[in-house]
Amino acid sequence: MDKYSWAWFHRFASPPYVYRVAGLLAPWFAWAAALSIAAGLYGGLWSSPPDYQQGDGFRIIYIHVPSAYLSMMCYGLMAVASAVGLIWRLKLAHAVAVAAAPLGASFTFLALITGSLWGKPMWGTYWVWDARLTSELILLFLYLGFIALNNAYEDPRSGDRAGAVLALVGVVNLPIIHYSVVWWNSLHQGSTKFFGDSAQMATSMVVPLLAMILGITLLFAACLAKRLQAELLARESSASWAEEAAR
Amino acid sequence: MSSLHEFLTMGGYAAYVWPSYAIALVVIGFNVAAPLKRLRRLKSEIRRRGGRA
Repeated sequence: MDKYSWAWFHRFASPPYVYRVAGLLAPWFAWAAALSIAAGLYGGLWSSPPDYQQGDGFRIIYIHVPSAYLSMMCYGLMAVASAVGLIWRLKLAHAVAVAAAPLGASFTFLALITGSLWGKPMWGTYWVWDARLTSELILLFLYLGFIALNNAYEDPRSGDRAGAVLALVGVVNLPIIHYSVVWWNSLHQGSTKFFGDSAQMATSMVVPLLAMILGITLLFAACLAKRLQAELLARESSASWAEEAAR
Repeated sequence: MSSLHEFLTMGGYAAYVWPSYAIALVVIGFNVAAPLKRLRRLKSEIRRRGGRA
C-alpha cells in the first residue's frame, strides 16, 4: 500500500506529467484571467464612483493592490517549493521556485512603481524610506538575489539548493511587510476591511478590486504554467519525453 | 465616470493613473511573451539536436 502510494506520487510529480498538465491548464487560466480582468477594469476604471477624498486618483488601487498581493503570495509559493525541494530533494519543486521568481520580481516591481505613482499626488512624494515601502523593496532584492544565486553555480543542483536557502531565510520579510503599517508609523495606509458591517470600502469599489485580484492571480497561474513548462524542458532537454514534446 | 472627458483626464490624475496601467501592460505583456518565446526556442533546439543524432 505504502509502496503503491509513492509510485503514484512519483508519477504525479514526474516532469513529463507536469509538463503536460501545465500545458493543458495554461489556456484555461489565461481565458479566465482575461474575462476577470476585463470585468475588473470596466468596474474599476469606469463604473465605480470617484473616491470622496482622492477623486479618480484612487483608481490606481485596481492594479496596485493585486500586484502587491501577488508579490507576497508568489514569494510564499516560492518558499514552500524551495522547502519541499530541500527536504524531499524533489527537482520538480526547485523548478517551480525558479519559474515563480521572475514573476514575483515583476509584480513586486509593479507594486512599487504603481505605489510610487499613487504616492506622488496623495503624499506629495514618489518615495519615502518608511517600513512598508522599504520592506517591499527588500522583497524585490530577495527575488533578484534568488535569481542571481540560482544562476551562480556550474552545477544546477548547487544553484537550486543555494537559492532555496535564500528563499527560506527571506520568508521573515513577509510578516514584516504585512504588519509594517501596524508596527511602525507609516505613510502607507493600514489594511482595509472589505466585508461586513464595518467594511471600509464601498461595494461598487470592492467588487472590481476582487475581480482584479482574481484576474491577475489567474494570469500569474497561466504565466507560471508556461514558465514551468520551459524550465522543465530546459532541465530535461535530453530526455526522450522532451524530444517528444518538442515535436 | 460621468463623461469620456473625465475618464481620459481621470479627474486631473491622468498623469499618475494612466502611466500605472501602461507600465502594468508592458510588464504583463513581458510575463506572457517571455515563457512562450523561451519554449519555442527550446523546442527548436531540441529538434535540431535530435535531427543530428
